[in-house]
Amino acid sequence: MQYLVKRLLAVIPVLLGVSVVVFSMLHLVPGDPVQMMLSEFQTSPEQIARLRAQLHLDEPLPKQFGRFLWNAVRGDFGYSMRTKRPVGAEILDNLPSTVTLALAGMVVAVVMGVTLGVMAAARQRSWFDSGSMLVALLGVSMPSFWFGLLLIFAFSLKLGWLPATGGGDVWHLMMPAMTLGMGASAIIARLSRSCMLEVLRQEYITTARAKGLRESWVILRHGLKNALIPVVTIVGLQLGQLLGGTVIIETVFARPGVGRLIVNGILEKDFPLVQGVVLVGATAYVLINLLVDVTYAFLDPRIRDT
Amino acid sequence: MATMAQESSHRRAPTHGIRSVARQLRYHKGALGGLLVLVLLSLVALSAPLLAPYDPLKVQARKALRPPSAEFFLGTDQYGRDVLSRTIYGTRISLLVGCISVSIAAVSGLLIGLVAGYYGGLVDHVCMRCMDIMLAFPGILLALAIVSILGPSLANLMIAVGVSAIPAYARLVRGAVLSAKQNLYVEAARVVGCSSGAILVRHILPNVAAPVMVLCTLGMGTAILAAAALSFLGLGSQPPTPEWGRMLSEGRAYLREHWWIATAPGLAILITVLAMNLLGDGLRDALDPRLKL
Repeated sequence: MQYLVKRLLAVIPVLLGVSVVVFSMLHLVPGDPVQMMLSEFQTSPEQIARLRAQLHLDEPLPKQFGRFLWNAVRGDFGYSMRTKRPVGAEILDNLPSTVTLALAGMVVAVVMGVTLGVMAAARQRSWFDSGSMLVALLGVSMPSFWFGLLLIFAFSLKLGWLPATGGGDVWHLMMPAMTLGMGASAIIARLSRSCMLEVLRQEYITTARAKGLRESWVILRHGLKNALIPVVTIVGLQLGQLLGGTVIIETVFARPGVGRLIVNGILEKDFPLVQGVVLVGATAYVLINLLVDVTYAFLDPRIRDT
Repeated sequence: MATMAQESSHRRAPTHGIRSVARQLRYHKGALGGLLVLVLLSLVALSAPLLAPYDPLKVQARKALRPPSAEFFLGTDQYGRDVLSRTIYGTRISLLVGCISVSIAAVSGLLIGLVAGYYGGLVDHVCMRCMDIMLAFPGILLALAIVSILGPSLANLMIAVGVSAIPAYARLVRGAVLSAKQNLYVEAARVVGCSSGAILVRHILPNVAAPVMVLCTLGMGTAILAAAALSFLGLGSQPPTPEWGRMLSEGRAYLREHWWIATAPGLAILITVLAMNLLGDGLRDALDPRLKL
């Protein structure tokens, strides 16, 4: 409990810092941010002044930040300049699709990564070990957007098995989840292999083998359980990275989601939308990391004591 | 006399280190392969005007979307531009983006990490909390936020990718400095009256060089991937620049019938990043086995 409170308190300054960064975005724009946002429209000085007042840019900076922070706490991120809808509503509409994609990508990553890693460790220095680590290296090195295009080419355009673009049912989710999970699965596979090798050298594994237990039982019952503790941490951290990765995957597969929302927001200079998405994304990432830390401490009591 | 001996050992140490690393790399087939590919890619980048059969920007509407042939080895794109020539010139841009982004990240991270680790206290606290805040942005979100401020362009892309990688370097260097400053020779240097700057540069920096070099090599691949991703999204290099991510994005619309447009840049990114990762893995094993996964 003490550990949880300590970790919760540590998160507050980070979130405050994140909000300062996001608030500063508009003020760091070279030149006048309002003119930059309206650069693609024919606007009169009155319209520019109106938008400046609407964004409260005519107020002193501390007052602006106070208002920004208070509104953000209440989930009010202002209005999208493109759709004129509240940014919070835009994010909420697109969030389920992004979260579904990130979780599906995580499932792919964990299943593929842990399976490959554990099997490679169990067959150390065999062709399977070398092959799976080569696959992992390719997975880390391959651009996800190209892998996505290769999947579209093979399974949609040539074989016609899966829909190439859009969102909705599970068939639309398969290729994006594969693409998103590929990079993370490579990292998980390498870590699982190394943790498993470490565990397989322990004396209790030798004892289990000496008792005459089957090798598969030794690996699954005695090895995997202990090898997975560090993997849990990387899985949690990868979930946050996967949420960030959806930006690219949603564009490749023309899938609705928060990632596409921010890309369109940047291209259309819709600053309130970009600020809202960045703030929500960073906050979610910080909270996921907090959850990972707490879970890790729950699984390994030594962490709580340090 | 002692000072002279000390100085000469200082001069010899890096040579010995480089020799030792080179000796260890000789037995690491993957790292050697990666190094060889990177040397070849650098030669391709340097001699792009000599190697490219056509002008990468030359539009030939009548020769648009030609498949690979003897005339156009990797085919042409929707504007009739030679895909091979554009891929060759793309090597220049990608390596340049990787080098500059990593330089921004490494130099800034090194300075922050050295100062935070050496001085400790409030300086350390402030620096590391700033890094924590930067690390609170997942994946390319921080790079996206920077691009949204500066606007999409190749120069801003390098700044965005570089700045978003600073925390990794700063934390690594700080950790290495905290460990290095406990050494007796650092204490001795302080006692004999060496200035903080001299201690940092002459006694602590050589100790953090190895992990930073490993991170730079691995980070170069990550930077090239991130830059290509941002260009793919339309937030990096702008048309008609022959940048691999941009070429992939343009080839996406023609994937069904004209697959070659997106194939060459995709393969080029894969080979470059793979070579960087292989070399980075080899360097890590040779320089800092503790980092090995």
